[in-house]
Amino acid sequence: MRDPDPIPSSKITIRRVKEVDLDFVAELDERVTGHAKLDYWQDIFERYATRRVDQRFFLIAESDDVAPEFPVLGYIVGEIRGWEFGSEPCGWIFAFSVEPGTRQLGIGEQLFESMSDEFKASGIKTMRTMVARQNQLHMAFFRSEGMVAGPYIQLEKELDD
Amino acid sequence: MQKSSRLAIYALTELASDPDRQVSVAEIGEKYRVSAHHLAKVMHTLGRAGLVRSIRGVGGGYSFTGNAKRTTLLDIISLFEDTSSDCKMADSTAATPAEWALFDVSCEIDDIAKATFGAITISTMLKQTERRANRR
Repeated sequence: MRDPDPIPSSKITIRRVKEVDLDFVAELDERVTGHAKLDYWQDIFERYATRRVDQRFFLIAESDDVAPEFPVLGYIVGEIRGWEFGSEPCGWIFAFSVEPGTRQLGIGEQLFESMSDEFKASGIKTMRTMVARQNQLHMAFFRSEGMVAGPYIQLEKELDD
Repeated sequence: MQKSSRLAIYALTELASDPDRQVSVAEIGEKYRVSAHHLAKVMHTLGRAGLVRSIRGVGGGYSFTGNAKRTTLLDIISLFEDTSSDCKMADSTAATPAEWALFDVSCEIDDIAKATFGAITISTMLKQTERRANRR
């Protein structure tokens, strides 16, 4: 089966999130993850869309031409963090999703590129994220965008009762 | 990774870079410095998996027929090696704690390798190949 062609970038708008988008972001997240967490998204909006916005970026994708029933087609959230784990400042992506019925159309790529542009404009040269090993969808996407294993390894330990 | 898996990935990357082009086994073999005999067996397996098509006659060869955005390195490796089994110790009945500890470390590495191969598609390999070529 042939994959659909990407949507021209002129038909997708990537912009900073607004408060009116929040319910749609939370609904998209719930459709994808199965967990409703509006409180979490309100907190993320408060912290990443209203404070230190020169270093924090909460972007959404919208389009009048593609799936108009979904006012928000995707989102990406990231911030510049410095000196954690001895690392020089770098851009971290910690939330990312695209409406399931509109994947493979280039929306995720446009969100990713917009975030890259925000980081680059702030003088950042490295962008990082963390992906669950079983999450092949996100792993494959970030790989296709040129991300590779970085110099850090995430470690964890189960704590005894 | 076994040699057959490596050759299959090289051949598919070569063919997928221009799906309309037909490339002979000899041509691929020369580029990657491998015997045409070994490569022919690999191509036969790829053909059975529906990833390539053989065109006979003058100007014939192989062309790519798979889905480059959907076929991962793990899919290709699985055609030549057993990647399905979960991490299992061959004979666990008499295993010592030290053997179990080393086994756990090996499983960690295997899990990461499997997740990585499963996330890289032929399409991603083409982009990575291009970036590597531009770095020269």
